[in-house]
Amino acid sequence: MAAPMLRWFCSGRRFAFAWVGCGSCHRRGPPTGSTSNGKRGQSSVAQQPHITAQKPRKGYTISYQYSPLKLSECEWAAVVGLEIHAQIASNSKLFSGSQVHFAAPPNSLVSFFDASLPGTLPVLNRRCVEAAVMTGLALDCHINRKSLFDRKHYFYADLPAGYQITQQRLPIAVNGSLAYSVCVGRKPSQMVTRTVRVKQIQLEQDSGKSLHDDLRSQTLIDLNRAGIGLLEVVLEPDMSCGEEAATAVRELQLILQALGTSQANMADYEIQRQINELENGGEILNETRSFDYKLGCTVPMRDKEGKQDYRFMPEPNLPPLLLYDSGSLPSGADPQQVINVDQLRARLPELPRVTRERLVREYGMLPEHSCALLNEVGLLEFFQNVIKETRAEPKKVTSWVLNTFLGFLKQQNLAVSESPVTPSALAELLDLLDRKAISSSAAKQVFEELWRNEGKTPAQIVAEKNLELLQDPEVLERLCRSTLEAHPDVVMDLKKGNPRAINKLIGLIRKATLGRADPTAIKEVVERQLSS
Amino acid sequence: MWETRVRFLGREDPLEEAVSAALKQGQVTPTELCQRCLSLIKKTKFLNAYITVSEEVALKQAEESEKRYKKGHSLGDLDGIPVAVKDNFSTSGIETTCASNMLKGYVPPYNATVVQKLLDQGALLMGKTNLDEFAMGSGSTDGIFGPVKNPWSYSKQYREKRKQNSHSENEDSNWLITGGSSGGSAAAVSAFTCFAALGSDTGGSTRNPAAHCGVVGLKPSYGLVSRHGLIPLVNSMDVPGILTRCVDDAATVLGILAGHDPKDSTTIQDPVKPFTLPSLTDVSKLCIGIPKEYLTPELSSEVQSLWSRAANLFESEGAKVIEVSLPHTSYSIVCYHVLCTSEVASNMARFDGLEYGHRCDNDVSTEAMYAATRREGFNDVVRGRILSGNFFLLKENYENYFVKAQKVRRLIANDFVNVFNSGVDVLLTPTTLSEAVPYTEFIKEDNRTRSAQDDIFTQAVNMAGLPAVSVPMALSSQGLPVGLQFIGRAFCDQQLLTVAKWFEKQVQFPVIQLQELMDDCSSVFENEKLASVSLK
Repeated sequence: MAAPMLRWFCSGRRFAFAWVGCGSCHRRGPPTGSTSNGKRGQSSVAQQPHITAQKPRKGYTISYQYSPLKLSECEWAAVVGLEIHAQIASNSKLFSGSQVHFAAPPNSLVSFFDASLPGTLPVLNRRCVEAAVMTGLALDCHINRKSLFDRKHYFYADLPAGYQITQQRLPIAVNGSLAYSVCVGRKPSQMVTRTVRVKQIQLEQDSGKSLHDDLRSQTLIDLNRAGIGLLEVVLEPDMSCGEEAATAVRELQLILQALGTSQANMADYEIQRQINELENGGEILNETRSFDYKLGCTVPMRDKEGKQDYRFMPEPNLPPLLLYDSGSLPSGADPQQVINVDQLRARLPELPRVTRERLVREYGMLPEHSCALLNEVGLLEFFQNVIKETRAEPKKVTSWVLNTFLGFLKQQNLAVSESPVTPSALAELLDLLDRKAISSSAAKQVFEELWRNEGKTPAQIVAEKNLELLQDPEVLERLCRSTLEAHPDVVMDLKKGNPRAINKLIGLIRKATLGRADPTAIKEVVERQLSS
Repeated sequence: MWETRVRFLGREDPLEEAVSAALKQGQVTPTELCQRCLSLIKKTKFLNAYITVSEEVALKQAEESEKRYKKGHSLGDLDGIPVAVKDNFSTSGIETTCASNMLKGYVPPYNATVVQKLLDQGALLMGKTNLDEFAMGSGSTDGIFGPVKNPWSYSKQYREKRKQNSHSENEDSNWLITGGSSGGSAAAVSAFTCFAALGSDTGGSTRNPAAHCGVVGLKPSYGLVSRHGLIPLVNSMDVPGILTRCVDDAATVLGILAGHDPKDSTTIQDPVKPFTLPSLTDVSKLCIGIPKEYLTPELSSEVQSLWSRAANLFESEGAKVIEVSLPHTSYSIVCYHVLCTSEVASNMARFDGLEYGHRCDNDVSTEAMYAATRREGFNDVVRGRILSGNFFLLKENYENYFVKAQKVRRLIANDFVNVFNSGVDVLLTPTTLSEAVPYTEFIKEDNRTRSAQDDIFTQAVNMAGLPAVSVPMALSSQGLPVGLQFIGRAFCDQQLLTVAKWFEKQVQFPVIQLQELMDDCSSVFENEKLASVSLK
């Protein structure tokens, strides 16, 4: 299908963070005034109980309500609620058989239904329902055995049907909770667990993409994304600052990744950008703007003008979505036609919180290290593969993975999967270190070589570069003696009682051994030689 | 089985020989049949029954069908049988307009499931039939291609009565409407241009024109026949309808169309087998319900007396005929209005000129483009319904209108459930208030008023999702057909049709006499094989 084009004339419009005041109630009572104070509790929005941010989507979006609450005459507390849209990891779209691929040519993944050809009807994708149920179970939600679909209407060029199918009245999962850990002190180890209530999880369709060509005053529509399944996770306003919100979102991402229900990729620029925005929440409240739904322009808020009435209506083409458990499963039901919640529960993988606890327990690592291992996609797996193949202590492995390995990745902005060093190579290197075949500094050198030269084993590099520790005591004796003889002034210094002279000598000898001798061993030999 | 009965030869005595048997015996070839229908379509062009005549497609299909017959591998009862399809069913490669500027020139890339099923059975697609724009209307008068004329306007029966009643005005200006919105399909079947036609039925759109055109109009149970590819009016009430010249033919088509469609989640899961209707000989075990609320002041005395005669017929043959009550009937039309317009508002939102269909020249802004496209694309009726529907769906009105209407809909559906639970097998009602009226008369009221009047006996069935069929009973004093409606239990379509078939046999509705109209044709036919077939 050719890309339909739409003339674009309003040059002021662009993708933008957009805001709207929404009058929904919040937990701790309404704001009572407009007294200004505090970085976050700007008075300019005190009139609006909630500020909702709505972002253009790219697989994963977050919108949030941020309300300053007046606790007493001059004290404000911020309350943050979140709506998170996560793209469901599924081969096909929510209601059509179109494939889901990232970066496919524009309008190449568009079924007749996605393009809203008249007469086409939605057919629910089983995989998306399972993903929603699993996510609901992982977040301790109540799974509604009956849920409904609704149409949410608004005109937008990349919403071909003029409405989005969502679950407004009776979503698939409700009343859950999400636990996340935040640092409270200066030390990273001072972590406490907080909980945010999950109001609901609903299934809904994504829209297409509008690409605005300002130069030619055109908007191009790409419907590849139109109809992809989204999980909307609504978090209650239980978080008190952007940082908490960002941490909660990160935790949710980890859960979705562990479940495989959404890629929720941390490397995704969009997510990172949104988290940054959340963390910089202070600026948000200076803007009091209403929005032309979703992608449209932001305009200064004028009373109710920006208020959108979505004219919700039950989706008549989809019967209620019924879920079963082992007890309620109708006898003789076609397993292809029914979803058993108990079966999905049994298939739930280990969740991140449990993984972290296990890491601390099994390897004696610090809680913050267990967090760090989970926060990077693939890092935990890498770590576990190294552990499997090496004799080195888990603490050593943790330190190498989190410091050296992760440091290199960050420096070059690579994902774990893109690392030139394999877990086996690192395991072998740590083995060499463990049996004192090489020094720590030589190990660093080998690692750098591994990073640069794929294909070589650590042993080969050690051999080529002659990095093996000096195992022959006579060679070391000889090198020490010659160094002492070559630097009588330093020896004199030492004898006069300068404590730093010994280190200088050790340094010189190490240099002579090309870094292959253990400093403790050198010190022993030098002291013995000088005293004899 | 296929009741051409060579009626379209204009012979006085209908013959029982079925066309499909004639085809099987090689007495008539699909191509001959197709060419006859095509020539009748041309002959009756002034009826405006067809928007698109797919001559080439039909002839090609006929050719293929002929090959199959020659090899002895016919696909079944429908192989080689000319059919027509209402122009709100998507047909791959054939323009599908909904009689709207909005979809003028729109060529769907896929076939509606029901169309595909017909084609898979070897049916010949003669063309796409006229309707009210987006099926919104009860006259087939409000589409961009103009109104459909009722073939009975030109029948010997009607003309003779008119002469007797000494109406001497210009005859041509007094043509009758077909009813609607599937008037094109009803006229096409009535004028012998095809053997069966698909209509759609949301509030009576198949049964109403069937009654006015003297043909059988079946609205199957909701969920029995796939809506995939039917351009929707009201998703929760739309059902593909079947128009034929006899009940058996309707049953044959239903047997082919019915069943689960993975592309329509509202279709039943249970498998449906093709069936042939038994010939009832004994109706003594039947209980026929006569809903008292359907006896309205607007009902013409003639229709009322035919309705009574039908009830008496059942009773005299031993059936139990009882008066029943559907107490919420009077709220049905207004409730239908709210639900219909709300879904219309939603369903029409997709017509924005971007992906397909009409697009205006205005490119000042996206919004201006939408507005102008929709203003140019939709007629007043459609725009009016969109406007009311959006009003009912507004947050502040939703509870007071939409939700209430849904509750009333439940009550109406329960009325039927209660009646059927009390032992009634089938309900017998009028289909329409009166026989077809002249166009000039019809347009004295606006579309909304007409729809409210004309859907009075039919739309409650759609609210409840029940099967119903209009069967022509007799001619009125004016010489025009009057149909009666049978309503059955949900998914008991077969039982319903069995009763309808018995009734059809008892009443012996007369054949439309279109000799004058078809003089040329019949002279052509005289020499052809079908005549000999039928005389067998």
